[in-house]
Amino acid sequence: MSLQPQELDYLSKKIKRKPNDTEMHIVAAEWSEHCSYKSSKKHLKILPMSGPRVIQEKGFDSGVLDVGDGYVITVHIESHNHPSAVEPYGGAATGVGGVIRDILSAGTRPIALFDGLRFGNIEKDSQARWLFKNAVTGIADYGNCLGIPTIGGEVEFDECYTNYALVDVASIGFGKKDRLIKNHADAGDVVVLLGGPTGRDGMGGAQFASDSLETENRSAVQIPDPFIEKLIIEVTLEARNEGCIKALKDLGGGGLSCAISETADMLGIGIELDVNRVHTRESDMNPREIMTSESQERMLVITDKKKLAKLESICKKFRVTCSVIGKVTSDKIMKVKNNNVVVASIPAEIVANAPLLDRPSKIPAYLKELQKKKEPKPVSDLSKTIMKLLSCPNIASKIWVYGQYDHEVGIRTVVKPGMDSAVLRLDNGKYLAAKIDGNPKQCYIDPKNGAIGCFEEACRNVVCTGATPIGMVDHLQFGNPENQEIFWTFLESLKGISEFSKYFDIPCVGGKVSLYNETPQGPIKPTPLIGVLGLIEKKPLPPQNLEQGDILILIGTTKDELGGSEYYEYIHGFVGGKCPTVDFKESKQNMNAVIHIIENEWAKNAHDCSKGGLAIAVSELSMTSNIGCTISLDNIPSSKLPDDKILFSESHSRYLLSISKSNLDAVLDYLKTKKVNFGIIGKFEGKNITFSKSKKVIAKLSVDKAHDTWFNSLKDLVLHG
Amino acid sequence: MKVGIVVFPGSNCDRDMYHVLLDVFKLDVKYFWHEDKLPKDLDAIILPGGFSYGDRLRAGVIAAHSPVISDVKRMADKGMPVLGVCNGFQILVESELLPGVLLKNTSLNFMCRWTELIVENNKTPFTNKFAIKEKIPIPIANGEGRYYVDKATLHTLQKNNQIVFRYGESVNNSVFDIAGICNKEGNVVGMMPHPERAVEAEINPKDCKPASVIFESLITTVGARK
Repeated sequence: MSLQPQELDYLSKKIKRKPNDTEMHIVAAEWSEHCSYKSSKKHLKILPMSGPRVIQEKGFDSGVLDVGDGYVITVHIESHNHPSAVEPYGGAATGVGGVIRDILSAGTRPIALFDGLRFGNIEKDSQARWLFKNAVTGIADYGNCLGIPTIGGEVEFDECYTNYALVDVASIGFGKKDRLIKNHADAGDVVVLLGGPTGRDGMGGAQFASDSLETENRSAVQIPDPFIEKLIIEVTLEARNEGCIKALKDLGGGGLSCAISETADMLGIGIELDVNRVHTRESDMNPREIMTSESQERMLVITDKKKLAKLESICKKFRVTCSVIGKVTSDKIMKVKNNNVVVASIPAEIVANAPLLDRPSKIPAYLKELQKKKEPKPVSDLSKTIMKLLSCPNIASKIWVYGQYDHEVGIRTVVKPGMDSAVLRLDNGKYLAAKIDGNPKQCYIDPKNGAIGCFEEACRNVVCTGATPIGMVDHLQFGNPENQEIFWTFLESLKGISEFSKYFDIPCVGGKVSLYNETPQGPIKPTPLIGVLGLIEKKPLPPQNLEQGDILILIGTTKDELGGSEYYEYIHGFVGGKCPTVDFKESKQNMNAVIHIIENEWAKNAHDCSKGGLAIAVSELSMTSNIGCTISLDNIPSSKLPDDKILFSESHSRYLLSISKSNLDAVLDYLKTKKVNFGIIGKFEGKNITFSKSKKVIAKLSVDKAHDTWFNSLKDLVLHG
Repeated sequence: MKVGIVVFPGSNCDRDMYHVLLDVFKLDVKYFWHEDKLPKDLDAIILPGGFSYGDRLRAGVIAAHSPVISDVKRMADKGMPVLGVCNGFQILVESELLPGVLLKNTSLNFMCRWTELIVENNKTPFTNKFAIKEKIPIPIANGEGRYYVDKATLHTLQKNNQIVFRYGESVNNSVFDIAGICNKEGNVVGMMPHPERAVEAEINPKDCKPASVIFESLITTVGARK
C-alpha cells in the first residue's frame, strides 16, 4: 500500500527533495491504479469520445449528452468489487452512493440506477449465495432510501468469481443544460467540505482496490449512510440553484487527497487546506488519515466568499455539516496544514498525474488450448434441455432482485424492469432507454469479439424499445495487469469496443477501468461491461400482450457460434468453441430495420436473442404473455446446422418481432426492400411452446410449467439453497 | 383549492406528488418544510412517501416528532382532509393520528410491485367518488408496510368503517389485508400503496382511471365545501 520504488524516485526528482510521510500517503492514494489509471490511460485514448450530443467540460465526473430542448442527461459507471467481496452489503451500497455523487457533481439530479452483479456458482457455493443476497439488499436499501429508481441491470454467476464479487453500478442524471456546473475558481475562493464526517472507514481503499484480494481488509470498506446522501443531493441542487457553487467534486477513491489534487490540477489553481478544520468522526485522526480516508457522503465545494453564508444556511436547513477547510491560491500548490504546521506541499499537477506505464502484453496460452478442445455432442432431449436452461440462474427471471428495488419512484419508468431495457420519460417529451450488458464467458474465449458482443447486445436491448443508441459507457474489469496475458485480454477488449463505437458513431462518454480483480484462486474472466443509452424521439414500444394468431418473425442469421453459450457451459460443462462475432454491416442493417418497424407501430413486441439463444428468447415471449407458440426450424435463416445449435446458438444481431396479421404485409415488404435477412418462424397459439422441423415436433413444453420454472428458480435458490 | 405537501428530511415522493397535483389535476400546490408553520388557508395536507430520517429507529417515528406535526394534528382535528402515503402513512400512525402499526414485511425485504386495491369505505374525502368494492391497480413500494392491529382494534376499525382499502390478494400478511385506513371521523387517511404513481396512463401498465378517483374525490370534497 505504498509507492513503488521507481515512483518514489520519480516523485523525489519532480519535487527536488524526499517527500515526507504524509506526502507519500497522499501521492500513493492518488497514484494507485484505482485513481490514476496508470496502466490503462494511454490505451483508453483510442475510444471515440466526442459526438454531436456530447458536452465536454472541465472536471465532469460523468458523461454529459444533450437530449435537446435545453436538457441534458448525465451518465456514469463505477464498480465496488473488492469492498463487496469482503462486506457485500456495505460494499454494494457505497458503490451506489459513489456513482450517484458523480452524477450530482455535474449539477444534475440522479434519476436512475443500474446494477451489474457477478458472483460464483450459487447452486453449489453458499458463500456466493451470501454475497449475492447481501449485495442486492445493500443496493436496495441505499437506492430505495434516496428515491432513485433502480430500473435495470444484470446478474450472472460463474465459477471465476468464486470468493469474489463484481458489483457494477451505473447511474443516469437529468437536468437543464444551463444549470450544469461550469467548474471554475479564483484565488481567494473558499474550499468547503460538506456531508458526513471523515472517519477511519475506507482507509487506503483506493490502494486496497489496486491489489489482488488476498486478505479481508475490513477497514478499507466504507460504511453507507443513504440518509446523509439524500440530504447532500438536496443541499447540492439547492446550492446550485442559488449560485453558491463555482466548482464541485465528490469524494470517492483516494478521499481528500484525490479530490483536492484533481480539482486544483483541473482548474489550474492551488488549494491550501487545514486538516484540523475537517469535521471528523473520531477525535485523534492524524493528517495522513484525514487525507486518505474514504468515508462516504462527502462533497467538495468551491464557493465565492460572498456566497459562503448562503451555502452555510442551506446546509443548516438540512442539518448537513459543512466545514470551511481551506482556500484557493494562485500558486498551483496543494498545501496541507495541521493548524499552523505545513504537513504537505506539492504542486497539484504532480500529485494528480501519476507517471503512466507501458505494460507489456502477450497472447494468453489458454486460448490455444481452448481451440484444441472438441465441441460436445448434441443432447438427446431438447425439451428437457430447454427446461433446464430456464432454471439456470443466469437465465431464470431476476424478479427476486428487481422486486426489492423501488423501480417506480420518480414516476418516469414507462417500461419496467424485466423487459429488454427499461425506458424512462424525460421532461421534454422524449424517452430514454438504457441497458448494461456483459458476457465474461464469451469474453474469456475471445476477448475482442466477446466485448463487441456485449456492446451489440446492449444496443439490441435499447433498440427493442424503439430507441437509437446515442452514447455508451464502458467498464473494463480484468485481473492483474502486470500479468502480460491478462493485459493482452484488456487491450483486445478495448480494441473491439473502440471499433464498434467508431463504426456505429456511438461515442464513449464515460467509463472506468478496474484491474487486479483476482483472488488467490486466480483472476476473473475478462469482464468488460457496456452500458448503452438510447433516445426515443416520439414513442417507445411498450410491452403488449401477444394474442392468438400473432406472427413471429426472426431477423438475423443463426450461425454455428456456441462458444461461451449457456448451452455449452451450463448443460455440457464445456468451455470452448467459437465465440459469436458481429458482422458490423448486417448489425447496422438489422438495427435500423427494427427501429423503423417500431417507429411505424407495426410490431407488438421486439425482443433480442441472447443468453440461451433462440429457444429461450421465444420461451420468454410466450411466458410473459402466457400464450403458446409453434415454431418451425425450417424457416430460420441459418447455414445447415443441427437442431441443438439452431436452438441454442447465441449469434448476435438477431431480433424476434411479434406482428399482428394486419401489419404483416407492411413488415414483409419493408424487410424485403431493405434486403434484411429474416424468416417467418411461427405464430402464437395454444398452451405449449413447440419447436418442429420438417413437420416433426422436436421439442415441446407447457407454457405454465416453463413459466413456473423460469419465474421461481432463482428465488427458490436464494431462499432455500 | 390549495394543497400542502409536507417535506421531511428524507421524503422522496414529494416531487412526484407535486407533479401529479399540479400537472395532472391542475391544483394549487405548495411544499412545506417540516419546520414550517402551515398556513390557515390550506384545503388539504398530504404527507408523501420516502424515507424520513432514513427510517432510523422505525419508519416514520422521528418525523412524527417534527414541529409540523402539531399543525397537522390541529388542522386534522378541525376536519381538514389529510392523506399519508407510504412513509406518510407510517408517520400518521407513529404520531397517533391513525391507529395501528406498520411492521416489516414478512419477506423481510423491500417489495416493489403492482397490485390491486379494493375500496371498502367510500365516505372519506379521498374515496367518496368510488363505488364500494371498486378495484384500483396501483404499485406498492415499501419495506415496512405490514399493517398490524390486535383483534379488538380490528373489530373497532370494522365497526367504525375505518378500513378504507384492502389488497385484492395477500401481499405482505397485513392484518385483514389492510392497505389503508382512516381515523374515526374519516378525514385522515393513510395508505401504503402509491396513488401518485398510478394516475398517468404512460406509467400505469393497467388502468390509470381508478387511482385518479382518489384525487378527484378530494377535489369534489373541497369544492363542495366552498
